[in-house]
Amino acid sequence: MDFYDDFKGSKWKTNIDVENFIESNYTEYLDGEEFLKGKSKKTDKVWNKCKKLLSREAISGVLDVETFIMSGIDNFEPGYIDRSNEVIVGLQTDEPLKRIVNPYGGLRMVKSALNSYGYSLDKELESSFEEFRKTHNDGVFDAYTDEIKLARHNHLITGLPDAYGRGRIIGDYRRLALYGADFLIEKKKEDLSKLKDIKDTSIIQLREEVNEQIKALELIKKMASRYGFDVSKPAKCAREAIEWTYLAYLAAAKQNNGAATSIGRNTTFFDIYIERDIKNGTLTEEEAQELIDQYVIKLRLIRHLRTPEYNELFAGDPTWVTESIGGMLDDQRSLVTKTSFRILNTLNNIGESAEPNLTILWSKKLPENFKNYTSKMSIKTHALQFENDDLMRPIFGHDYAISCCVSAMRLGYQSQFFGARMNFAKVLLYALNGGRDEITGDLVIDGIDEIKGEYLDCEEVLRQFDKVLKKTVKIYVDALNIIHYMHDKYAYESSQMAFLNTNPEYLMAFGLAGLSIVVDSFSAIQYGHVRVKRDDRGLTESFDIEFDYPRYGNNDKNVDGVAVNLVKRVYRELRKYPLYRDSKPTLSILTITSNVVYGKHTGATPDGRKSGVPFAPGANPTQGADKSGALASLASVAKLPYKDYLEDGISNTFSITPDTLGKEEETRISNLVKILDGYFGGGAHHLNVNVLDKQMLIDAMNNPNRYPNLTIRVSGYAVNFNKLTKEQQEEVISRTFHERV
Amino acid sequence: MKEYSEGYIHSIETMGLVDGPNIRVVIFMQGCPLRCLFCHNPDTWNKLSKTKVTSKEVVDVVRKYRSYIEEGGGVTFSGGEPLYQSEFLLDMLRLSKKAGIHTCIDTAGVGYDTKYLDDILKYTDLVLLDIKAIDEESYKKITGKSMKMFNQFIEKLKEHKNKIWIRQVIVPGINDNEEYILKLKKYLKQFDNIEKIELLPYHTMGVDKYKKLRIKYRLDGVPIMDVDKCKKLENMLNYIEKNS
Repeated sequence: MDFYDDFKGSKWKTNIDVENFIESNYTEYLDGEEFLKGKSKKTDKVWNKCKKLLSREAISGVLDVETFIMSGIDNFEPGYIDRSNEVIVGLQTDEPLKRIVNPYGGLRMVKSALNSYGYSLDKELESSFEEFRKTHNDGVFDAYTDEIKLARHNHLITGLPDAYGRGRIIGDYRRLALYGADFLIEKKKEDLSKLKDIKDTSIIQLREEVNEQIKALELIKKMASRYGFDVSKPAKCAREAIEWTYLAYLAAAKQNNGAATSIGRNTTFFDIYIERDIKNGTLTEEEAQELIDQYVIKLRLIRHLRTPEYNELFAGDPTWVTESIGGMLDDQRSLVTKTSFRILNTLNNIGESAEPNLTILWSKKLPENFKNYTSKMSIKTHALQFENDDLMRPIFGHDYAISCCVSAMRLGYQSQFFGARMNFAKVLLYALNGGRDEITGDLVIDGIDEIKGEYLDCEEVLRQFDKVLKKTVKIYVDALNIIHYMHDKYAYESSQMAFLNTNPEYLMAFGLAGLSIVVDSFSAIQYGHVRVKRDDRGLTESFDIEFDYPRYGNNDKNVDGVAVNLVKRVYRELRKYPLYRDSKPTLSILTITSNVVYGKHTGATPDGRKSGVPFAPGANPTQGADKSGALASLASVAKLPYKDYLEDGISNTFSITPDTLGKEEETRISNLVKILDGYFGGGAHHLNVNVLDKQMLIDAMNNPNRYPNLTIRVSGYAVNFNKLTKEQQEEVISRTFHERV
Repeated sequence: MKEYSEGYIHSIETMGLVDGPNIRVVIFMQGCPLRCLFCHNPDTWNKLSKTKVTSKEVVDVVRKYRSYIEEGGGVTFSGGEPLYQSEFLLDMLRLSKKAGIHTCIDTAGVGYDTKYLDDILKYTDLVLLDIKAIDEESYKKITGKSMKMFNQFIEKLKEHKNKIWIRQVIVPGINDNEEYILKLKKYLKQFDNIEKIELLPYHTMGVDKYKKLRIKYRLDGVPIMDVDKCKKLENMLNYIEKNS
């Protein structure tokens, strides 16, 4: 049998075009969950072993670290969990959950991480690396300006990927399965032969990179052969298609430690192979489910070595193996297949989990049965997020995937430069404090007039705010240009870039934290008559608000309008500067769990927030500010403009108690579907859904043993509740829970 | 220019998922002539409040949530007792129907101004009829009022043939027994258009409001209604409904 027997279409055969392969071959599935099967004996055995390892890992934080070998595509012996029962194989190292040392991002970070878990790097390895190899982190700090260092030190711009892997890249890993490595190498060589005119350094850089990509593909072949697979040729069956795709991803997880390394959009692709095998009588439904369950098990075991400080920002050891599911092909046909159901069914078979980060691409026109099933599984597991396909598809086409939490890109054609966040609340505070930091007193932004009056005047604050914003954006842009230049130079992700077109479009992903605080602060200044108390350094210490003022989150036209104008202003400012590799700037309103740390480092704000209090996550209204019911809160967030302004994503987390959602399960399911239809129909981008009782979370905080697997959605990802810090748990509990009294 | 009537509302819940079918914007209106023992909204008893609005303002708010409510959802006027501000209610119902919005009133069938009642029922798609009791004596005990107005209301309701969801709060020691459920079943036979019967377990979440308002809470010491037992009674009622 030939690799492509029974597959239709020809365009995809001569050129790399997974999108066209899918269009030409997939089978849309319109019915319900009835066909799904439970877990197989093999899956049960493999998962039971994993569970034991996972609970051991939970105690110490890290199960094991390989300290004698460094990261690399083919640097490790093959590893197994339970070889005879694994139908999908491949681990990052020779043992499950054993973590990799990756010093290319920064050696200091690695040493600190090892140290905090009681490990140390092999001395010889360390000294030779230090002697012969410069890291990304070294490069960045050689180039950082004093302004950047100061802004970074004062938490004006934070979480920058300058000491760890930047992540966010999604290789189109399906390419390995569909074409095999040899064809991909051939195509890369063709590209290389066209890059002959050395007109500037960008061509030199690209030629070097393409050769690195080719080497990576060769190494992937070797790595796969250790597991007994010949990936030089295309996959012949469903099992191989899933295995090849996973191995391509695994190569990325062996070579890099990117903060968020998502896996793309694979279920519809897999389904084509599964359907073919089932038709040929070589695969049963039980076996198809087994393949998907075991694929998911592998994704649940991906680990990177992080420092405790990193965990404080991004709690729960997340890897953001985001898998995008569903979406539409065009206005009529959805991309929903049986495998879209199968991957959700894994949550039934082996229980809920934070990873992979299952993301439903929602459209009003998705098949009703699929909508209901995602709603049902979301209510049951609190492990799904929903993103608006009708908003993204016109921009990114129908074969895009979500990277990290909310950031879309077209698979194989685009790549992202992750840029963390600017602390927007600090921008406002610097405007009130003449460019000085309200906590350290450092002069971070120069040329700002001091505001001296007892009461804040909106016009005056706006004037200074604008100046601080302009200068901060410039510093932010400079930092990201330096970071990504150095990352390409010292920690290039050749194994991932090998699965992208040779000249992808780059999106530089900027971010804002603390939007609701700034919006409410401006509203307070305008309507609330805000009086400032300053400390003996003359810096703002606290604020008294004399009157009630309208707040973001109540579907109030004026306040929500302020939010819209603010994000537009930031984006227009970002557009002014040239970006590394001609990237297009994008902007997100997303904090992940870092909203707690941002809050900790930010003084009191004019909206009445006290010093040190967590920010609201992502684009959520401030905790307790949304008093007009859930739809009003959702409607406020939905007004933030995605297209042209916030194309890196707008994260919103929605928590509701089961009793409020409806009286019976069936009603809850249909109500959630209607909420999602309404929210996304109103132009919103993203929603994390938690259907939970607040009391249960309080109980889980006090009695973690009773809830070992409690998964909840936080800004942009799911996390095991027990893995959050106490502060983060309290913050989650303090959030607005929509409930009925 | 058209004049819109004005009235008092307590608050608006933009996402009501348990007061009528699908997603409802719920308008909690101010004022109620009854003083039910188990009332959990004593803050809506008084007809006046600080929020005076026009019917158009209210319906404009509802319209903002069109994308959520257009498929099977709508607006629910609750309270308080929505009929207590009959003219205002009628105006809001009319405007809602004009905007193509499904309308629902959550009422105990009292406090209305007779001259508006026909029109109110004409513009109402669904009545959530709150049964307090089915005999004069218990009704008086529970609500403090005579059953006369309620009885006249249900006659009108039968005449207009509105769709009905029956709701009754089940309170331990008052009506949480099978004997009562059987009586209720017989009583409900007079209606032709019942779509659903819901028994609501008595809860004490409103007690704090009494403390704040410094009103004596008369059911002190009565335990909350067991949810499972209430469900059992509800199933029993629905079962005998279907099989009689």
